[in-house]
Amino acid sequence: MRAAYDIIIIGGGVTGAAIARELSRYKLKIALLEKEAELAFGVSKSNSGIIHPGTQNPPNSLKGRLCVQGNKLTKQIAKELGVDFKEVGELIVIFNQADLTRLLEIKKEAEELGVGGLRIVDRLWLRKHEPNLNPEVYAALYAPTAGIISPYRWVYDLAENAARNGVEIFLEHKVIDIRQSGSLRLNAAASRFEVLCSQGNREVNSQVSLGAKYIINAAGLYADEISGMVGINDFTIKPRKGEEFILDKKREYLSNHIIFPLPSPISKGILVIKTSDGNPMIGPTAQEIEDKEDLSTSDEGLKKVLEGAKRMIPSIDENDIISYFAGLRPTAGKDFIIRHEDKAPGFINVAGIQSPGLTSAPAIALMVTNLLKNNGLKPRKKWFFQKYRQRTIHLFDIPFNKTKELMKEDPSYGEIVCRCEMVSAKEVRDAIKRGARTLDGIKFRTRAQAGRCHGGFCTTRIMKIMAEELNIPLTEITKRGEGSEIVKENRDSRTA
Amino acid sequence: MAAAVAAQKAGVKDILLLERDQYLGGILNQCIHTGFGLHHFKKDLTGPEYADRFIKQIEAIRDIEVSLKSFVVRLTKDKILTYLKPGKLEEIKAKALIMATGCRERTREMTHISGTRPAGIYPAGLAQKMINIEGLLPGKEVVIIGSGDIGLIMARRFTLEGAKVKAVIEIQEKTRGLIRNVVQCLEDFSIPLYFRHRIAKIYGKDRVEKVLVENTVNGETFELPCDTVLISVGLIPENELIEMACVEIDKKTNAPVSKEVNKCSIEGIFVCGNSYKVYDLVDNVTRDSVKAGQMAAEYLKGLK
Repeated sequence: MRAAYDIIIIGGGVTGAAIARELSRYKLKIALLEKEAELAFGVSKSNSGIIHPGTQNPPNSLKGRLCVQGNKLTKQIAKELGVDFKEVGELIVIFNQADLTRLLEIKKEAEELGVGGLRIVDRLWLRKHEPNLNPEVYAALYAPTAGIISPYRWVYDLAENAARNGVEIFLEHKVIDIRQSGSLRLNAAASRFEVLCSQGNREVNSQVSLGAKYIINAAGLYADEISGMVGINDFTIKPRKGEEFILDKKREYLSNHIIFPLPSPISKGILVIKTSDGNPMIGPTAQEIEDKEDLSTSDEGLKKVLEGAKRMIPSIDENDIISYFAGLRPTAGKDFIIRHEDKAPGFINVAGIQSPGLTSAPAIALMVTNLLKNNGLKPRKKWFFQKYRQRTIHLFDIPFNKTKELMKEDPSYGEIVCRCEMVSAKEVRDAIKRGARTLDGIKFRTRAQAGRCHGGFCTTRIMKIMAEELNIPLTEITKRGEGSEIVKENRDSRTA
Repeated sequence: MAAAVAAQKAGVKDILLLERDQYLGGILNQCIHTGFGLHHFKKDLTGPEYADRFIKQIEAIRDIEVSLKSFVVRLTKDKILTYLKPGKLEEIKAKALIMATGCRERTREMTHISGTRPAGIYPAGLAQKMINIEGLLPGKEVVIIGSGDIGLIMARRFTLEGAKVKAVIEIQEKTRGLIRNVVQCLEDFSIPLYFRHRIAKIYGKDRVEKVLVENTVNGETFELPCDTVLISVGLIPENELIEMACVEIDKKTNAPVSKEVNKCSIEGIFVCGNSYKVYDLVDNVTRDSVKAGQMAAEYLKGLK
């Protein structure tokens, strides 16, 4: 066994990262395991980035309660970590008077959960505050506390802060088995679990084993498989695919709020989403599928999303689309499953974290902390917890005079790498210093390659910076980890 | 460069040439095939040779100041430019402005090709840069979407580098590129070209594994295993800067709304070359860019 931990968190998505950050307040030895090349590369990377106010959840549900609490916590933690959070508000729109009853029901349910500031707004209000909205919209429920955040930057910054406070992060560590040792006493000093991981290269696996007193299973789509390793098999994760389409930044002010139709039993419907990067997004679809790795988009998905989005904002045009992707929601029934497993003492399941999982994450982290305390853990707070983090600099969101000042410190702020999104060489280097190891990791952190030319201009520039900073050959640079190398051969004798 | 030289010859004394790359010449530098200059120089040149003839002219003219690695981030309708270069942020006002910003490639995303998003899907021009400038081979089994000139030229380039080009897939009933390129780049190398076909889906988790090709007439499909998909489905004039200055832009073509070559809706801003409209031949770009330089000189005389 390489090392023993008080707590091992399995899964480096938003749930795992938020839990890691919360637990890093305590004197605990914590490991966060992620099977992919970087954090947030699973479910979290294809999130819509909406911090929900707490509407559209059943009043007695766990997710309903955690969403409302999470909304408030996210705001606060985002400020501490210097993550951009914009409280833009949302509108749930209806097209005829008959739907007003349902809308009022949604309002009432949300108010029971403690969502503040809700009100019904009429056509006149909408015309003034949301001029591009379909004039046929009859009324809307306005929820001012809805916000937007970059889902991946949120994960990276939570994890970075957790690591700053002592959490050890292991990438490309895929859990393949968990063994339970003899002692089931909760206050036992020795590890109760042995977590077996395959490490690094997918073809030539080397294995490593880590000990833990507690395990937190935040493995997203694979939470059922991880849970099965300790004999808990009473839930299954079913992927529900969502396809989303990103529009050109030129259409940033297409809408002023996040716009929802009336929700259906399985989804919140096709939305017009504002994102913290400025590019509007439309989607997602909701389709039950079998394959946990199927991230393909479809012609039908595009058709459906365009139809749904244009119904709310008719001026949306197919030609505004600059990118698209599919994500999988890890569903396990209707509600979240967050519980300590008495049959496997010390094992906590955090499963079925679909929407509103991003919003709920900080509240889930508090709930998990309490579960640990109720099940034998007596953590003591550190005398110093660094709750702040220096805000990452993005040229695209600072004024030019600030850029001018920054350039005095480092001239490479003036060396533009990505022309569409205005990202400098310095920002790319910083992203690598903060942990980016892949082109997607750079994209998620800086937005380089995410604009309208889609990396046509900047890909080779970024590859060269990565090769230099990471001291690896260009042929080893990947899009998202081993197996996704960008080029097959280097024939340039100067750099080979 | 052609516009700058022409403007200077027409009497303009104070010319600043901003280039965002580390060398002059733009996309010509990666076009190492021949076919450039047949009209303008009456010679069959490569892209870098064609560019070099202008670079030499520019270097010989004192009135033209060249600023490399200079990236314009803002333009106003009063022709005030803000640009970044390593260590500097400059703001300058121009009396006349010539935009020769070229064009960008349409992407896979703009053509809405379904499927997964693994490594191995590149705009043809990026693949060209990887091979010709960086010495990197992006893939070994290639399917090319679209029969634009860059796609055709890259079919030959990949073949010469030892890769296998499986097919060129064109949704229209005839090629978008020059006939000479179809003959010299595909037929000479027995590379199949499918008209009225499209890519219905891209497969592969980490790296491209195969594509599903669909006959758009009868709906029949077949699969082609490959590790790389090149996209060559057209070019878009790059005009985001003049759009920022509130120049009227045609939404369909992304070119300026214009009644006369090189002109746009703001007096004193001239748009030339591929940013005015996408040209087939560099010689014609040069011809009209020379005109842009002269027009700018005329405009300046009128101001005095």
